[in-house]
Amino acid sequence: MSRQNRIEAALTERFQPERLMVINESHLHAGHHNSDSGDDGSFDGTGETHFRIRIIAAAFAGMNRLERHRAVNALLKDELESGLHAMAVEASAPGEATRW
Amino acid sequence: MSGIHDFIENEVKTNDVVVFMKGTPQFPQCGFSGQVVQILDYLGVAYKGINVLADDALRDGIKQYSNWPTIPQIYVKGEFIGGCDIVREMFQSNELQQHMTDAGIPVKAA
Repeated sequence: MSRQNRIEAALTERFQPERLMVINESHLHAGHHNSDSGDDGSFDGTGETHFRIRIIAAAFAGMNRLERHRAVNALLKDELESGLHAMAVEASAPGEATRW
Repeated sequence: MSGIHDFIENEVKTNDVVVFMKGTPQFPQCGFSGQVVQILDYLGVAYKGINVLADDALRDGIKQYSNWPTIPQIYVKGEFIGGCDIVREMFQSNELQQHMTDAGIPVKAA
């Protein structure tokens, strides 16, 4: 199962989102510096290193931004420790204005 | 580890605004760090940029200190604010400007 599928499955199970988009943006970071692959290393853009997560779930109501991010970060801890380099998170509660 | 912990704690407690970032404010080496620099520069806020790429122990240490898995990380008056997404969202909704003002940190008028 791809990292993208694992992320989608984990978010779906944990938050039961009304809407969910997990977007692989790794290609946008091709050529960017990556010290994980040596001092002069860079991302080749073909992997699953950078994702954007857009999620609307009732679970986020009553949580501030930091708490929402921490909840997503905690859920995806294993991914972050195994090569998921960056994660943009747009987490909303139902009824909040979104741009997607 | 405690050495790094003490170093970080000292930095966030003795500087009003600290950005733990990849590269420097003059030369960010990551787009997310660069966005935070641009926002703070736009607001005319004085801050200290600390390059985590200069020290592996610091790079790991700040993630543990904040319990936050990614860089950049922003502290205001010793309080963890968040990473790039949160800073940008707060900036766009004017909350960042308000937060700085409430903390007694001068912000350039828009």
